Amino acid sequence: MLTNFKRIIKFAFTDFWINKGISLAAIFVLVITIMLASGLFFSRGVTQYLVSQIQDKIDITAYFKEDVLEEDILKIKDEILKNSPGIKKIEYVSKNDALETFTQKHKDSSVLSKALEEVGQNPFLPSLNITTTGSALQYEQISNILQTENYSPFIDKVDFSQKKDTIEKVFAITSNINIFGLILGVILVIVAILVVFNTIKLTVEGSKNEISTMRIVGASNWFIRGPFIVQGAIYGLVAFIICFALSFLFAYFLSSKIGIILPGFSAVSYFLSNFWIFILIQLGFGVGLGMISSFIVVKKYLDI
Amino acid sequence: MIKFKNVTKIYSPNTIVLENVSFEIEEGEFVSIVGKSGAGKTTLIRLLLGFEIPTSGEIYFQNINVTETDSLNLQKMRRKIGSIFQDYRLFNGKTVYENVAYILSVEGKENKEIDTEVPKILDIIGLSEKMNNFPNELSGGEQQRLAIARALVNHPDVIVADEPTGNLDPYNTYEVISLLEKINKAGKTIILSTHDREIINKLGKRVITIENGKVIRDEKKGRFII
Repeated sequence: MLTNFKRIIKFAFTDFWINKGISLAAIFVLVITIMLASGLFFSRGVTQYLVSQIQDKIDITAYFKEDVLEEDILKIKDEILKNSPGIKKIEYVSKNDALETFTQKHKDSSVLSKALEEVGQNPFLPSLNITTTGSALQYEQISNILQTENYSPFIDKVDFSQKKDTIEKVFAITSNINIFGLILGVILVIVAILVVFNTIKLTVEGSKNEISTMRIVGASNWFIRGPFIVQGAIYGLVAFIICFALSFLFAYFLSSKIGIILPGFSAVSYFLSNFWIFILIQLGFGVGLGMISSFIVVKKYLDI
Repeated sequence: MIKFKNVTKIYSPNTIVLENVSFEIEEGEFVSIVGKSGAGKTTLIRLLLGFEIPTSGEIYFQNINVTETDSLNLQKMRRKIGSIFQDYRLFNGKTVYENVAYILSVEGKENKEIDTEVPKILDIIGLSEKMNNFPNELSGGEQQRLAIARALVNHPDVIVADEPTGNLDPYNTYEVISLLEKINKAGKTIILSTHDREIINKLGKRVITIENGKVIRDEKKGRFII
């Protein structure tokens, strides 16, 4: 058993070396496929980052009546946080904080400063600023909670209805992006798999007569297909090593350029934080595809 | 040892390749199967090796029903039959040594035994000096001798040669046939398929003549008559 296994490995390496040209072609196609799969995974990361950035900009604000005490607002904040799942951030903005933010933001505008002076007092209301992790529906749920009789006596207004359309539009767009990405990804991966399969088919086809001779001399099916499957694994392994190095180099050298387009997104950090997933995708695609394709193609010749 | 019992092979409703073929081959016999191209000689050999299933009839090899046995038994049976073909069927990516060694690897023989057996057979066949050459570096005659070495190395019970001299010049043809005669004298059963009149007439051995898929003659000391 062990002797046979060693021989299968040896035959695989010998054939790999003898058919250098075909081996290189197969590795090249696998590299393209793996890079495509890795690229899709990477672009998924970028899309998710973009979507989260946009979603962070969406919030719902509950403005409290002027006479509501700070401790009451903080109590309501805790209650909402406790009762509403999916809240990402809930922030209390006091009257003074709101005034401070406004004046900071408009310090260069003399008209606004004058208008504020004429009012004579702080016109801003204390508020709770809420962002969620989920969909437009979650925002609506929180808005409904805030309008229940427990809280409505304290609340002046909830600005959800004004933002509703925008929120729904943003979520519809992000959901479409995800669906489109998934469909495109699946199509590309299927095309890539077919290309790899056909390249492996070409490499095996060159050995069609030899497979037939192996059968004539009484070789077992596994003794015949073993070297081809191992060869497929070698293609995949070599392609994986090339792709892994390429991915890291791309991430490293393009990180600063991607950072310009997407401030706060680091390609290297994304690569490192998803290190094992990248290994799994690239190794799975490379070795898996190489071996499975070889298995299926050789099986065809063994069945004749 | 080998028995064909009313074997018929039909490829499509109108293509009858073999029709009701019956014969027996005893151990140690030298049997030539002759017939024109397309007479059914190669189909007959493919049936014996289990690569084709007869439409009707039975084929026995050492009491094993070839048509009904499983693939594991077929593999074992094929190891007992050394096969030689007109187009040599060599492994072009392997050296002369590796081509012969492959047969012993298939049987799971240890490296030590392979290292002893392969040089021995290459020496007998006269290819010792070309041990590290690839098949495309050999002449046609040498390639066929290599095919014979490969067919002999695991000491099979039967040698099946399908038009082994079809691609060879008269000198190499004589050499190959002489080798087969020697192998037969050593006790091996030989089945030679050919349409070479001269070879058959010189051999003076049993001849089964096939015409249009039927056995029309089976003579102990036959001649080529078609």
